[in-house]
Amino acid sequence: MKTEVTIAGVTLKNPVMTASGTFGSGMEYSQLVDLNKLGAVVTKGVSSVPWPGNETPRIAEVYGGMLNAIGLQNPGIDVFIERDLPFLQRFDTKIIVNVCGKTVEEYLDVVEKLGDQPVDLLEINVSCPNVKEGALAFGQDAKVLENVTSQIKKISKKPVIMKLSPNVTNIKEMALAAEAGGADAVSLINTLIGMKIDINRRQFVLANKTGGFSGPAIKPVAVRMVYDVAHTVKIPVIGMGGIATAEDAIEFLLAGATAVSVGTMNFIDPQTTIKVAAGIEAYLEKNGFVDVKDIIGLV
Amino acid sequence: MKKNEEAMIQSMEEISQGVYSLWIETTLAREAKPGQFLMVYLKNPSKLLGRPISICDVDREKGLLRMVFRTIGEGTKELAAYQKGTKISVLGTLGNGYDPDWLKDKKVIVMGGGIGIPPMLLASKTIVKDNISDKTPEIVLGYANQDLFLKEEFDAYANVSIATMDGSVGTKGTVLDAMKEKNIQGDVIIACGPMPMLRAVKQYAAEHQMEAYISLEERMACGVGACLGCVCKTVKKDFHTHVNKTRICVEGPVFDAKEVEI
Repeated sequence: MKTEVTIAGVTLKNPVMTASGTFGSGMEYSQLVDLNKLGAVVTKGVSSVPWPGNETPRIAEVYGGMLNAIGLQNPGIDVFIERDLPFLQRFDTKIIVNVCGKTVEEYLDVVEKLGDQPVDLLEINVSCPNVKEGALAFGQDAKVLENVTSQIKKISKKPVIMKLSPNVTNIKEMALAAEAGGADAVSLINTLIGMKIDINRRQFVLANKTGGFSGPAIKPVAVRMVYDVAHTVKIPVIGMGGIATAEDAIEFLLAGATAVSVGTMNFIDPQTTIKVAAGIEAYLEKNGFVDVKDIIGLV
Repeated sequence: MKKNEEAMIQSMEEISQGVYSLWIETTLAREAKPGQFLMVYLKNPSKLLGRPISICDVDREKGLLRMVFRTIGEGTKELAAYQKGTKISVLGTLGNGYDPDWLKDKKVIVMGGGIGIPPMLLASKTIVKDNISDKTPEIVLGYANQDLFLKEEFDAYANVSIATMDGSVGTKGTVLDAMKEKNIQGDVIIACGPMPMLRAVKQYAAEHQMEAYISLEERMACGVGACLGCVCKTVKKDFHTHVNKTRICVEGPVFDAKEVEI
């Protein structure tokens, strides 16, 4: 059974990875999950300097999912390179570093510093709904997105995945803009902007008022967007949004995703990625396929 | 070592209005420390997130672990409705817990307020049974009213002082009011309870040059330090993110009161 998939020249042993922000830097789950069994680990967003993130509460449970408004708290690229990257290198998996920034210069700083590091791919977060400046602003205007993509591509020694926001009018236009800017791949969807109100306290549940909605409840939106994008651009698409089971992941592959990420469900069952990878293989076997690539974009 | 496993419910009993005692059979009982917690997952897929619940007691030989929780929302109500024999998914043991070195040979004042009382049972038991200190601890528990859940179990370990908000039993007021009224002295305070209580403990300890270790809570998603949902503000920059915030689920939930800003 062939389970390898290739994204921008990087071959993953299987199409299952972790979604940024749900798996720390891999270290946090390494006691619970065999990282060697993952196609790739996608790290939490890393910025040029440490970010303190938002006030608490940062988490709210909603029907079939959750809202988060962490605000990309992270130690910055220097600590990441010194501490987190060497840890990840010990495992037989591909390393994808998620990069965030408030200005183009901040993105470029991180991308440049990762140039000579043992990193396989970069994922550029232009879609976090929880930081006030930058981030999402770069992902909601096609011209701005194309521009930031091309500036990153100019200096990046690593292949670049642009992570797209679903909080746009036309996802195809955004994917085309990333492609025009030279992106090697796109990943989607980031979280949907949501809100929860505590009716007894008559207050917002999250200190940030709004948060990113994730979890199984968003899957149909994600599958539709992945399908739209996969049928619009020529570069590979990494699909995510509410994947809880192998069946969910297979929907994304059939819709045209070359690989998939498990996000929120890592919190609920740390073994989800492993089960999804095994379940995809079982599905291929049962349905007479010999290569996972044969089901990508089949519908 | 953190593990996720399916644990069989041994018993579920309402010990007070809306307060439930849950015993589960789990290998996690062996290494569970006072002050640590488990994430407990519901069977209802619309309520995904684990419920972080503190460890109230363990029977290491029998591999049993007890959690006492209050039904606050629909999730904890659903948990309370699970019966003996049901298997529930749990993740643990999580958090740092009370480090015996903090308490070694000291006169410990154990304070619990409201649903912060249950974890102090295992803390009291450990101090006494594991001979962490040869000085008998003082226990101070704060309740809303005369419904003194778990109080008799604390009696087995040390002298228990009671405060009730309505004044029906013991000192009228808070655990600190009881401590002052009874002139309870000690070297170190360990406390779990609502935020106003923990703030008061922090302040009291600072004023009296005492050590205090307090157990914080916050909304959590992962419980293992990955999501950064449950941070608290810290005086020093934390080693993980290099900012003045740290993860309650990993670096806590128990903190030196001097080191957190609450």
